[in-house]
Amino acid sequence: MNLISQALAKDLNLDKALGIFRVLDDQGIPDESLEPKLSKDFLLKIYEYMVRTRILDEWLLKLQRMGKVAIHAPNKGQEATMIGAALALREQDWMFPSYRELGALLVRGMSEEEIIDRAMANADDPLKGSDFAIYGSRDKKIVPAPVPVGNQIPHAVGFALAAKIMGDNIVVLTFFGDGATSRGDFHFGLNFAGLFKPPVVFVIQNNQWAISLPVRKQTAAPTLAVKGVAYGVPSIRVDGNDVLAVYSIAKEAVDKASSGGGPTLIESLTYRLGPHTTADDPKRYRSDEEVKRYEAKDPIPRFRRYLMYRGILNEDLDREIWGRWRDYIETVVRRCLSKPELPEEVIFEDVYSEMPWNLREQLEEFRESLKIMKSLGLKVE
Amino acid sequence: MPIMNMVQALNQALREEMRRDPRVVVLGEDVGYRGGVFLVTEKLIDEFGELRVIDTPLTEGGIVGIAVGMAMYGLRPVAEIQFIDFVYEAFDQIVSNVAKIRYRSGGQFSVPLVIRSPCCGGVRGGMHHSQSPESYFIHTAGLITIMPSTPYDAKGLLKASIRIDDPVIFLEPKSIYRTIREEVPEEDYIVPIGKARLVKEGSDVTIVTYGAMVYKSIEASKLVAEKHGWDVEIIDLRTLMPFDREAVLKSIEKTGRLVIVHEAPKTLGLGAEISAYVAENAIELLRGPVVRVAGYDTPFPLAHEKLYMPNVARIYMAIKKVMEY
Repeated sequence: MNLISQALAKDLNLDKALGIFRVLDDQGIPDESLEPKLSKDFLLKIYEYMVRTRILDEWLLKLQRMGKVAIHAPNKGQEATMIGAALALREQDWMFPSYRELGALLVRGMSEEEIIDRAMANADDPLKGSDFAIYGSRDKKIVPAPVPVGNQIPHAVGFALAAKIMGDNIVVLTFFGDGATSRGDFHFGLNFAGLFKPPVVFVIQNNQWAISLPVRKQTAAPTLAVKGVAYGVPSIRVDGNDVLAVYSIAKEAVDKASSGGGPTLIESLTYRLGPHTTADDPKRYRSDEEVKRYEAKDPIPRFRRYLMYRGILNEDLDREIWGRWRDYIETVVRRCLSKPELPEEVIFEDVYSEMPWNLREQLEEFRESLKIMKSLGLKVE
Repeated sequence: MPIMNMVQALNQALREEMRRDPRVVVLGEDVGYRGGVFLVTEKLIDEFGELRVIDTPLTEGGIVGIAVGMAMYGLRPVAEIQFIDFVYEAFDQIVSNVAKIRYRSGGQFSVPLVIRSPCCGGVRGGMHHSQSPESYFIHTAGLITIMPSTPYDAKGLLKASIRIDDPVIFLEPKSIYRTIREEVPEEDYIVPIGKARLVKEGSDVTIVTYGAMVYKSIEASKLVAEKHGWDVEIIDLRTLMPFDREAVLKSIEKTGRLVIVHEAPKTLGLGAEISAYVAENAIELLRGPVVRVAGYDTPFPLAHEKLYMPNVARIYMAIKKVMEY
């Protein structure tokens, strides 16, 4: 038995899929042998992305409460994973996020304004009001997520495989949650990735909860990363609240993929401090004590302590950063709130490349119904 | 001009498109060295290699999910589902993604993907190799659904499907894969999507049909001409959605009578939609009830498939009912 497990661990790198890679301890003190050599500016940039994400997330929650946003999926507590992983990508690389990766969108160059326009589905919404909690931009090489969990996993693999077929040097990174690893899509994507070795990086945001289902009820596998091992995809577990750990591993995975080394699965252990969405009530399924325990592991204060330990950040600079972004994002929110509504006829756009006759007929009927509505003094309810 | 069956015509369509456009790739189970279980992709791998003719693992959901990513990247994948009866594993991918990515992304991304698959009964294939599930796809906004009935149309429609920017479900009636042979040009041509084919002109009653049922309808038209002197007009829809409403209305203007024939189960089959369309838009043209001849609302049975599928007797009954109304 011992021999078998040793052999397995050696050949399949199971030890990496079972252990946890971390650079910072809970207090933010680095293990110097693992600490990446990053410039002061870059480290501060990481911190600013985390701050921006937290503030933006709070605003989207507020806008939802104000009735300006349909549903929001809060990001609080998961900033280190999304930002650390997205920062590993190069200009030419692509990202297939899920619906809880605001920080990754910012890293890839989407602005707060684009994100808030999208969330509010106003006239500037680039996705034309198609769904809630999804974001994407062809210019920024971000493919808008499907709300059905994990659907994007095989897309990312096919996209990377297509690039490989065309001889283009890109890496594709996709995010999904712990719940997604139970779906067929996870199997589809990982199985193809193991076989065809496209340049793809899978990042599991293991935030411990799939709405109300804890990971221990999601699978009997000892970790989620071991599932990747079974598909022949090198897999590793990282401390997802340690932005330096996530960045280091993701960077290695991206470098490996871009040089023909094939896919990597990263299980990033984090915690969703907020509800699943604004329509969820986590008090029904988890204790406040548990949440408090994880609040103490919040990735932002942890990284702040590291920056202070390294003398890169002090209280004054910290206050300045938070204040600057709070002011900026509030201005952006005001601007977004003043924008006109999305035109009605977008309902019929982008179903096909050209509108077929059945939709043309229905569009006519729709216009007629708006006229009747107006003439009868009826309101949309 | 060479005489070809539908399998050969489809093979030639794929080969020509792959030569014309390096973005066209073929993927599916056994499509490479085996050439597909019906040989539609025969020897493509010899010319285009393993990068463009991809033998996939046994996973319809995976085939479609991967093909979606390839299509979004800019390739023109043609994914084969070995039998349409196995497509259900891919249903979430088709309905939630293939059909909706253009809409979801506000037009930023499209999925120029063809999912082609043998369908329908008549070869003693049993419950899970004989189904006609086109209604699921017709009902899903964002998809185009096609079913050719001749080798010529099969080639021209497949080429057109590969070239458009919208996803196409391309259903191939396997019972006529090899039984119908005709002249097929070896040069490049396309058959336009959304246009029906007038199979036979007539003045008394219109049959709207598609796929292998075109041939049953022709047989039935001969029988009623012989027995009653009735002159049947037959329309082969070819594109099921968006179907050619003009061809349907034009024919009913002339005949005033409509019979719809398809293998798919009757309830909410395409016949229901066409019947409703005519009732909403042209009821004054009708001189009798619209009658559907369809598969029964049961699972597809192996033992009695010939009795389950629309046959000449049932089409005869339907024509008689409309003519004698």
